[in-house]
Amino acid sequence: MFGNDITIPHLLIFFPLVAGLVTFFIKKDATVRAWSLFSVIVTLFISIASLYYSNDAALSGLTFNYEWLKYLGCSFSVSLDGMGRLLTFLTAFSFPLIFVATYRNSYKNSKMFYGLMLLSQAGLMGVFLSTDALLFYFFWELALIPVYFLCSFWGGEKRIAATFKFFIYTFTGSLLMLIGIIYVYLHTAATPFADHSFSLQAFRAVNFMPSQQNWLFWLFFIAFAIKMPIFPFHTWQPDTYEQSPTAVTMVLSGVMVKMGVFGVIRWLVPLFPEAVAKFDNVVIGISVIGMIYASLIAIKQDDLKRLVAYSSIAHIGLICAAIFTTQQMAFEGVMIQMFSHGINIIGLWIVIDLIEKQTGTRKISQLGGVAHKAPVLTVMLVVIAFANIALPLTNAFVGEFMMFGGLFKFNGWYAAVAGLSIILAAVYTLSMVQKVFYGEANSITASMQEIALNEKIILSVIVVAIFMVGVYPQPFFELTKDTVAAVITRFK
Amino acid sequence: MNNVLQIVWLIPLLPLIGFLINGLGRNNLSKTLTGIIGSGVILASFLISVYVFFSVKGGNTHVAHYFDFINTTSLKVGFDLQIDQLSSLFLLIITGVGFLIHVYSTSYMHEEPSKDFAKYFSYLNLFVFSMLLLVMGGNYIIMFIGWEGVGLCSYLLIGFWFKNNNFNNAAKKAFIMNRIGDLGFLLAVFWLLSKLGTADYHEVFASVSKLSAFDITGITMLLFVGATGKSAQIPLYTWLPDAMAGPTPVSALIHAATMVTAGIYMIARSNILFTMAPATQSVIAIVGIATAILAATIALKQNDIKKVLAYSTVSQLGYMFLALGVGAYTGAVFHVMTHAFFKALLFLGAGSVIHAMGGEQDMRNMGGLKKYMSITHITFLLGCLAIAGMPPFSGFFSKDEILAGAFAKSPLLWGVGVLGALMTAFYMFRLYAMTFLGNFRGTHDQEHHLHESPAAITFPLIVLAILAVIGGWIGIPEFMLHGGHRLEAFLEPIFSQSNVIAAKHVVSHTTEYMLMGISVGGALIALLYAWNKFSKYEKTGVEETGIGKVLANKWYVDELYDAIIVKPLQSLATAFNNVVEKNIIDGFVNGVGKAVNYGSRQIRLIQSGQIGTYVLLMVFGILILFIIQLFL
Repeated sequence: MFGNDITIPHLLIFFPLVAGLVTFFIKKDATVRAWSLFSVIVTLFISIASLYYSNDAALSGLTFNYEWLKYLGCSFSVSLDGMGRLLTFLTAFSFPLIFVATYRNSYKNSKMFYGLMLLSQAGLMGVFLSTDALLFYFFWELALIPVYFLCSFWGGEKRIAATFKFFIYTFTGSLLMLIGIIYVYLHTAATPFADHSFSLQAFRAVNFMPSQQNWLFWLFFIAFAIKMPIFPFHTWQPDTYEQSPTAVTMVLSGVMVKMGVFGVIRWLVPLFPEAVAKFDNVVIGISVIGMIYASLIAIKQDDLKRLVAYSSIAHIGLICAAIFTTQQMAFEGVMIQMFSHGINIIGLWIVIDLIEKQTGTRKISQLGGVAHKAPVLTVMLVVIAFANIALPLTNAFVGEFMMFGGLFKFNGWYAAVAGLSIILAAVYTLSMVQKVFYGEANSITASMQEIALNEKIILSVIVVAIFMVGVYPQPFFELTKDTVAAVITRFK
Repeated sequence: MNNVLQIVWLIPLLPLIGFLINGLGRNNLSKTLTGIIGSGVILASFLISVYVFFSVKGGNTHVAHYFDFINTTSLKVGFDLQIDQLSSLFLLIITGVGFLIHVYSTSYMHEEPSKDFAKYFSYLNLFVFSMLLLVMGGNYIIMFIGWEGVGLCSYLLIGFWFKNNNFNNAAKKAFIMNRIGDLGFLLAVFWLLSKLGTADYHEVFASVSKLSAFDITGITMLLFVGATGKSAQIPLYTWLPDAMAGPTPVSALIHAATMVTAGIYMIARSNILFTMAPATQSVIAIVGIATAILAATIALKQNDIKKVLAYSTVSQLGYMFLALGVGAYTGAVFHVMTHAFFKALLFLGAGSVIHAMGGEQDMRNMGGLKKYMSITHITFLLGCLAIAGMPPFSGFFSKDEILAGAFAKSPLLWGVGVLGALMTAFYMFRLYAMTFLGNFRGTHDQEHHLHESPAAITFPLIVLAILAVIGGWIGIPEFMLHGGHRLEAFLEPIFSQSNVIAAKHVVSHTTEYMLMGISVGGALIALLYAWNKFSKYEKTGVEETGIGKVLANKWYVDELYDAIIVKPLQSLATAFNNVVEKNIIDGFVNGVGKAVNYGSRQIRLIQSGQIGTYVLLMVFGILILFIIQLFL
């Protein structure tokens, strides 16, 4: 049975899905939390197992098809390639971190909260695994819809407005993508059972005229651009990050933004290579503008969550620009950076959450002197913050270095302008560290205490991961080598 | 693998281990143990460096490959350490002077709580580790790791007393200014990678001929931008004088043994690229001499003992860049070395003074310290003589070599350089006289506490003083002593490629003696004038006016940067945040939402419930479909 009917990709999707559904029926809060934590840890082990198989020729590709809506040409087909392994591992690694770090947070109606979180995890896994367009779309929505509920029920004061904005943005994107998927579907070749097919292979086999590619490109691109998000499709993000409960923000920023990046690499770039080549300057241009723009705005933020949100927009802008250079080096950097960005930003949210839990505020202007009160927290934050601005030997350096390198190869001027964000990142990060952590403690921070053991452990895990990836990134390159090679061949 | 390669990795690793032990054990280790570990690892690195130094004396180069840092289809970067004449010389300076600074720190920082004491030593070790990586890296990317690492450590150490917001600002400024330079460095590396596909020194230097003149000029200019950040040259020098906010031994470390010499090292390492880019060389020479003069003028009017030294560092670095710009690479490295001796000595001496004065740094409140602290006084005087370029002290030989090189290129550069040398002699002896001569001008309390510092402080001063005196003797000019320039012979393999391309200008012996006479004579006069004038210094309380005020305020460069860069950027950020983000983009998004709302409210009115209206609309609709069918 195992290995034929049920495989790692299935387990990655169905385990969280079932676990999430079970959660809805658990009565005791403590049991809910323990059960969800158990579930995500099991998922993590499944994912680690998938990494173990990475060089096994018998399982290479790990592709499986089930018939599903056969007469529509749709099948339940999932596959784990290098990028899929990377991102499912990121998903599987993030959730335990998030659950442990927020273990002491209490939510009203916690079975719903955790149940939705797990459903969202299942959706994310599905997005990264599907090789069927309709299935991909299904999981895309499965990942997002729980977030609407999570944000609108458990969010901050302005949660309704924020959720509404988030919903409108992402739903517009999804619909555009759906139109695109249907249009491409109608041009695919017939299968033995159906006139057309939703499979990724069939989609790739369609040869579109450049004139068709030109507008199809934008249908998909806007959906992914909103999800990443890149300038000027980004304004939902700071509001949503600010208003969502922190655990949800972590999922959104650490993992979900990768859906957009993943979508571009898996679906957009291989389907419309000519349009990608045609619009490269447009996309790179707005990405680079967005990097500078978001970095400058980050300097002006007083809310820690909004600061991190804008910093993330700048970093994602670089990833997007790097993809559209279609340079080998840039793609290699994108792969590792997708993982590093997720880890680092989750680390930042954890620190912010810890500060907010103790002081009741996230306003930079109200905080100060935290370093005296919580030295361990400060050390961890400083490491994560410097990783976030890509200091060498931390995880983000390798990825950013290669992405900038690819961007330079594409056009030196883009790299020079985009490089200004490196300086601006130092400005907003160090200003934040200075105002929140250094100086004398004030009345708000005076009562702060050192963080608890579980929090120390989680932050240590993140710090260790930061240095491991930063000093020896090679395993990540090995893992994603084939994916990169496959994407690059579309441009040769 | 030969013997040397089996142990070179220990040189950077030991300080890293020291960092980890002191950093992780900061709550449990006693101060004595912390001090022993912190200094001990550096001493061990120094001893290995000595061994390594002798192994490359014969002109060998060793490259050790440990593991693949990055190994992909597009990029191969090995974690390589390279040992040759240049890096081994820097290793000796870094670990040698670094060790003395560590020893000094055990006493200087002793009043800190033991947790902070351990934190201080762990940072110090990390600083040395980064600097070692910088000079030992076998390619530009490993160099960059150390390059940013020293930036980080300077940030941590300058802001060591993080309760004080001014110190934090200085730390932040240092890091950001450095990052501006780092961007230049990075772009240069990308340029190299995109043209040559490698950043390995060997491969790059072997394939320079594949680069066009435009590429080489562009790459070297960008590398030089990087150097201006790290080595505090115009326009990125303003962080260095502020960097004295950190504990005084840190200033000694930043200003003398590490960090600021990184830019010089990088250019000396890449000398072949620079030799092939005459345009860049001219820019470097001009920026160098301009920085030397600008900083010297500012130093004339500073009253904070550390500020004077800080500006003198900027000025001396300017001389080193002048040397690099005129192709006198050996001279630049020579001056790095002698400067490390006398500047570390001066900073540590100043620290000893500040220690005795109970934290006072204003020279107007000092004076007459000669009789209270004899060791500090004598060693400090030797340091002043060395930096002023008095023969036979070390600074004389290195500065003379730079000036001779400048003269060969252009007598104008030489003339300005000599002017700077006169100012150096003047401000250094102004400092000396105001501090050690005349009458004590501080409070009674302070006078009561004046004392010579303990052995942990005076020992490094004595060692450094000896080096500051004799350190120059390894580079005695050829015309004075045949075979006297041992350093040049030693470094020959590093600069041989450049020497082939750029023929050495030869100046006749009589000219050399004349030039030397002018600069030494002038400096001596400036020295004596300052000595005479400031040994009788009395506090007047009169504000500086005119040019003096401009100099005391550092030419208002900080204010200028604030007005033309910081403020406009802040305004732009505000405009983006308040106008573009909130009104334009969000305005559009919300506008779409409102439009939909409005539209649906209007369309709702059609649902009136009157069958007649519905039928009428239906007929219209059918008509429109017909028309479309017919005509399109």
